[in-house]
Amino acid sequence: MSDFTLTLIKLAFLAVLWLFVIAAVGVIRADLFGSKAATKAASRAASRASRAVQQRPPKAAARPPQGPPPGPPQGPPQGIPQGPPPHGGQRGGGGPTRLVVVQGERTGTIIDLTGVPITIGRANDATLVVTDDYASSRHARIYAQDGQWIVEDLGSTNGTYLGRTKVTRPMPVPPGVPIRIGKTVIELRK
Amino acid sequence: MHALGEQIRAQIPYQRRNAASLALLGFAMVLTLAAFAEVGLARDGSIPAGLFVYGGGLVILALVAYAAQLRFAPFADPLLLPLAVALNGLGLAMIYRLDLDTSADRKAAELAGKKVIRDAADASGQLIWTFVGIALFVAAIAIMRDTSNPDAKLSFTPKTAQRYTYIIGLGAIVMLLLPIVPGIGAEINGARVWINVGGFSVQPGEFAKLMLVAFFAGYLVNKRQAMSLIGKKIGPLSLPRARDLGPVMVIWVLCLGVLFIQKDLGTALLYFGLFVSMLYIATQRVSWVMIGVGLLAVAVFVITLLPFMAHVNQRIDIWQNPRPYFDGGCLMKNGKVVPVNPNTDIFKQAKVTLEAKAQQQDAAGQKATALQTRLVGPGWWACTKMGGEYSDSAQLMKGMFALGQGGVLGTGLGQGKPWQTPLSFSDFIFDSMGEELGLTGLMTLLLMYALIVQRGMKTAVAARDPYLKLFAGGVSFALALQVFVIVGGVTKLIPLTGLTTPFLSQGGSSLMANWILIAILVRMSHDARKPAPQAIQDEGMTQIVSLR
Repeated sequence: MSDFTLTLIKLAFLAVLWLFVIAAVGVIRADLFGSKAATKAASRAASRASRAVQQRPPKAAARPPQGPPPGPPQGPPQGIPQGPPPHGGQRGGGGPTRLVVVQGERTGTIIDLTGVPITIGRANDATLVVTDDYASSRHARIYAQDGQWIVEDLGSTNGTYLGRTKVTRPMPVPPGVPIRIGKTVIELRK
Repeated sequence: MHALGEQIRAQIPYQRRNAASLALLGFAMVLTLAAFAEVGLARDGSIPAGLFVYGGGLVILALVAYAAQLRFAPFADPLLLPLAVALNGLGLAMIYRLDLDTSADRKAAELAGKKVIRDAADASGQLIWTFVGIALFVAAIAIMRDTSNPDAKLSFTPKTAQRYTYIIGLGAIVMLLLPIVPGIGAEINGARVWINVGGFSVQPGEFAKLMLVAFFAGYLVNKRQAMSLIGKKIGPLSLPRARDLGPVMVIWVLCLGVLFIQKDLGTALLYFGLFVSMLYIATQRVSWVMIGVGLLAVAVFVITLLPFMAHVNQRIDIWQNPRPYFDGGCLMKNGKVVPVNPNTDIFKQAKVTLEAKAQQQDAAGQKATALQTRLVGPGWWACTKMGGEYSDSAQLMKGMFALGQGGVLGTGLGQGKPWQTPLSFSDFIFDSMGEELGLTGLMTLLLMYALIVQRGMKTAVAARDPYLKLFAGGVSFALALQVFVIVGGVTKLIPLTGLTTPFLSQGGSSLMANWILIAILVRMSHDARKPAPQAIQDEGMTQIVSLR
């Protein structure tokens, strides 16, 4: 083997080493920025969640929200999911992108809104776990529907408040309006 | 445990990354096979026979491990297994490459009738240990079943260890002390960290590391609130109560005991650093870190003053100034170093004296004593006679020369002379890698370790149970600290202490313990990433929850 060939082999091996590390970093990039696959999974989950809400028996709690629907009115959302859900600020100037805890034990906690439903409560499997005697284990949830974020009380003991109104049915959440759950206050922010 | 500004990510459900894991695993195998091929092409100009035996063996093992992960932990983190396989494979290729040269040397030495170094690079042995390690990985993730299935027989999850916190702690101490039990314990290369079990030497310290993590996690889960909240505040420090500080002191004394008895600075540093970091994870108090670092500083200072711990002083002296110790140096009581390498008069005189003594003993008919006299190193003998402490910095300096020889791009696998460094296949394998892969290659190795640690920490963040959080965090930190201590040691960043380089170094105990470590992380990451049980109906007080 000539020295030149050996040098080429050496450099090729180093390149393969680096490609391996770069590929590995590429796999976990999804954790940081969200991959295409992850975004798709999230949008599927969101549309499934919104469908589930609408297919529920027509109790007061299952009515679609009465806020002004953004965009042109479309048919009932059964079947084909309609367009992308509100996702991390990708619709310029659109919906809120973050949920921020502004008061209570977990002040300063930020949750990115990716279209996945967010549950709040004392239960360990809640997205935002609050350790607060005034909160129920499954207290409330916030989910995306038709480009809006909706807050729904899950039958909590002490109630959920949107601004000063008690949440008795799913209500759309405008950005910046405080949601009070026990001693915790959260806000959606752009 | 909630810090200000903490960021939670809304969990994306049903995220299996098995395709990515398999693709990366394939890449890791290509990497290993390419390393073997490069060794062969550079040395003989052809693809070596070892490619099929060792590379092929590793490929089969890795596929078995992947199948087990797919079966028992489908939501596991996609990176842990491929990264471990890549590091193990690169280590195997380097050991194979060193084996080719040292075995030729060994044969030549045997033919010349010289004393043969028993302790040398052994690629086939390493492949067998890799097999054992991966078998343990498969067994571990099969036994630690899905936690959502409590009816499973033999259900031993990482969480189960919490029930036996103190028994595991006691077990760890017993493991640590085994090497000093006469009859079982064995001293190899000056460190008493081995035991002999059925013809094999095992380093129980490697397993004690995992048990200590389980013990610390179980203990701190119960105590963390008392530790983080109660205490006197003095300036920025909050001093804990004596009853909370007590166990920390016990661990500290224990580590010092390890240091005294086994002369194993690296292990003591690893255990103490592990405990301090887990204290920090549990309590989020910087004061605990400061107390820990302070205690360590006090310990090191006291030890340097003790006359019977002179070898620690010497390690530090070699670290600051290795030159006079090359091929033998003698640290005198007044702190001066007298070189006693083979070129010095002291060495030559000692050699003559020793030879004369041996001949006298021969003449007196004491063959055995004469043979022993001939085996004594003249440098060591002269140094002990002068009342100093003998030491040799040759391995550290040769390792540094090897790194320098490698430079930025390295000499290329199979084209350097890494076997010139003593222990080039175990403690100094990082320097061997540096010579042949250069800085460019070493950076990728460090990045691979960093990625494993990052995935472990990520698992800790994603875990919901505080015990599992601490367990995963501690295990990942242990790996990071071990890499820091040994890589820092062989690159002269910190004083050199003997620890194995995880997955790269030759040695069965280290491989087995690290594969179990990866299995624990894989299992925990599966539990943390799998979708939460979904309520089938969510009306009313009683909820029916699907466990599958």
